[in-house]
Amino acid sequence: MKRLRLVPEVTNIDFFRHARITFGASVVAVFLSIGVWFALGLNFGIDFLGGTTIRAESSTPVDVGAYREALSPLGLGDIAISEVFDPSFGENRHVAMIRIQAQAGEESVTPEMIAAVEAALQAIAADMTFPSVESVGPKVSGELITTALIAVGASFAAILIYIWLRFEWQFSVGAIAALVHDVLLTIGLFSLLQIRFDLATIAAILTIIGYSINDTVVIFDRLRENLIKYKKRDLQDVMNLSANETLSRTLMTSGTTLLALLALLVLGGDVIRSFVFAIFWGVIVGTYSSIYVAKNVVLMIGVKRDWSKPDQKAGTTFAEKT
Amino acid sequence: MLDIPLWKRILIWGVVLVALALAVPNLAYDRVERHNDALAALEGGAPSTPELEADLALWPSVLPSSLVNLGLDLRGGAHLLAEVRVEDVYSARMDALWPELRDALRDARDEVGPIRRTDAPAGELRVQLGEASGMARAVELARGLGGPVVSLTGVGSASLEARGEGDVLIVSLSEAEKIATDDRTMQQSVEIVRRRVDEAGTREPTIQRQGENRILIQVPGVGSAQELKDLIGTTARLTFHPVISRTSDPEARVDARQLLLPSMDEEGAYYILEETPVVTGDDLVDSQPGFDAQNGQPNVSFRFNPHGARLFGEYTSANVGAPFAIVLDNEVISAPTIRQAITGGSGQITGSFTVESSTQLAVLLRAGALPAEMTFLEERTIGPELGADSIAAGRIAAIVAFLAVLVFMQASYGLFGLFANIALMMNVAMIFGILSLVGATLTLPGIAGIVLTIGMAVDANVLVFERIREELKTARGPARAIELGYDRAMSAIVDANITTFLIAVILFTLGSGPVKGFAVTLAIGIITSVFTALYVTRVMVVTWFERARPKKIEV
Repeated sequence: MKRLRLVPEVTNIDFFRHARITFGASVVAVFLSIGVWFALGLNFGIDFLGGTTIRAESSTPVDVGAYREALSPLGLGDIAISEVFDPSFGENRHVAMIRIQAQAGEESVTPEMIAAVEAALQAIAADMTFPSVESVGPKVSGELITTALIAVGASFAAILIYIWLRFEWQFSVGAIAALVHDVLLTIGLFSLLQIRFDLATIAAILTIIGYSINDTVVIFDRLRENLIKYKKRDLQDVMNLSANETLSRTLMTSGTTLLALLALLVLGGDVIRSFVFAIFWGVIVGTYSSIYVAKNVVLMIGVKRDWSKPDQKAGTTFAEKT
Repeated sequence: MLDIPLWKRILIWGVVLVALALAVPNLAYDRVERHNDALAALEGGAPSTPELEADLALWPSVLPSSLVNLGLDLRGGAHLLAEVRVEDVYSARMDALWPELRDALRDARDEVGPIRRTDAPAGELRVQLGEASGMARAVELARGLGGPVVSLTGVGSASLEARGEGDVLIVSLSEAEKIATDDRTMQQSVEIVRRRVDEAGTREPTIQRQGENRILIQVPGVGSAQELKDLIGTTARLTFHPVISRTSDPEARVDARQLLLPSMDEEGAYYILEETPVVTGDDLVDSQPGFDAQNGQPNVSFRFNPHGARLFGEYTSANVGAPFAIVLDNEVISAPTIRQAITGGSGQITGSFTVESSTQLAVLLRAGALPAEMTFLEERTIGPELGADSIAAGRIAAIVAFLAVLVFMQASYGLFGLFANIALMMNVAMIFGILSLVGATLTLPGIAGIVLTIGMAVDANVLVFERIREELKTARGPARAIELGYDRAMSAIVDANITTFLIAVILFTLGSGPVKGFAVTLAIGIITSVFTALYVTRVMVVTWFERARPKKIEV
């Protein structure tokens, strides 16, 4: 029977051959991301900024300028308006997201303000509806930033410790380097494209961390096994062998995951599109970093070669419990 | 070699079947929901009607009927995060303490001289003594009024703190008492919010205490956050105050510790009241709507607890002929004149009520007053149409993702791909089964989590199959290769999934609402995918192998 093969049965790719280019590109991309992040900043949503978002739907197209004109007499300060498109919208469905900054002295939005905004908008298009109105006070948004940072930090710490316990500290460093790479590249892309960055994006980043570490661990697991098997072989060779042996799996899993995410990206609706987009991008960079970043870092700092010492058990406790 | 004991096979298939059975009700969501609502109504004592019976018959009672809860972003509804101003209660406590302290100090007039209450920062009670030399005695008396703290952590400490500053006696709650009070305030607030939301009869509201002083309120099916706020009310405090005078001037000057409040139903009428209430709604034990025996007008009767009855009795017997005001939410409901001492602890509120308004007032009084004001930190309203759109889009995306992965796996692994695909279908069904069982909430990111799980669930199978392929090259015979494939893929599967699971746990603690829903589906998806890959697929592979006994296999 003919089988679909993403890679030939036996591959012998030297993943370090162009290490300067691949790893170098990653390093450059990371610095570019940081640069973009500082230069353009992030388009924070109300979760982190405080304020109100209103989703406005109408059957006739409304110009962004018209929204702005209608709302400016209300004196609400900074207003951001973005039109939303989705393939599932029919001809006569026009959606815009309106973000209003947090009002000084108000913990959350006042009903009068919402009523005023809705009335002003209905003056442009009488049939306009407001399917969602969300408002977050500055107190909560400040706390959400802290929680988000703690969550990302805690994920790194949990992974650092777990990999250290199950493997060696060098692997921990390699894994974390790959994760930092993935997270920064995601933030960089969000900054570059000015996609709204909110609590869901943080959830997406954590998911990326989870996915990327999953990928990295599979390669590390094989590497550990091969290091025991081939005690005398060059570390770089063993790494290449491990990556080649697991390449088929790496691409299969990334393939099915991306396939599923692609369906969600196209068909899942506009409400979660930025969330899915972040994960989609993260799976791509996560796969790349597992192959081209994590191992390189471990190679740079070297690794214990003699795994025959008693403490080798530490790494196989679960494996023996079948 | 490949032997799996019979009991293990039965156990594995048993778990799968139970999970599948639990997932089934979700296929007929509307029917089961109506059945459940009807059942709840009948069990709640509602009279049986043909409609209820028809709804009840929509789903057989013998089948499982738990459903996945739909989150607000899918069903539409309102979400509020409220902060309770727990400090409000300190001031109320100090006000309540004043009459007692005044009496105690008056009894010791020889030592402390004439006394006068002065303005104080919130949460403190300040009394100026005529004789500064009597301060030690005054402090002692004030401390004596406070009992021990009633809480687990504050045992042994006194509830009141008193000190002298010059000729001013300063009384406040002790830190331990403040903590205990905050806790009681929160419990009371959560309970009252719950009762008010329940009175409105909405479905499956979520009312949770969050952190020190916050309450999360999520109610599906409510039109807007504003409606929900109106339902909860922000203060709703019932108090009884002595009336100083009545006026029609909304700008009337009032002295310190006096209030100017409008009348509820008389346009343009205002009352000047003493700020310190005689009794508060905290001392109410019951209230019922009823009708006046003489003129048949709707009224509301109420009953105090012994403490309230004593205070009310003392006040009314000392003030026969004087008016007193019944105040709800800073409006005077009525200000009747005391005709005789009311010592029994019960009374009636008459006013221009309709039957509805008297019923509503009785409910409000029975539910109790919120002990402190709430400010709203976060408000979200999601329309039901938007939620329905999201469900529709999510469903289509999930089906397409599912089919794509099935085809991909089938093309890559042939027969073994088929095993993995059957396991994947069970996997998705099991996620729904477990979500229903634990009563978890499915949110839009949760749907994304399921789709992501569909993509990642095959990972464990892929790891095993790839490993079997490798072992086939070296191992003696297919049986050995299959066995080694499972054994050696184990450590990678475990390590990879534990790390992802850790992330899901962190996500759960981080998240509110939608993100939490995502974390839950992700975590459940990890568990079910490892289970299906390591047990279900394995049983299928082994069963097939025993039947077919192939000389060589192709993975």
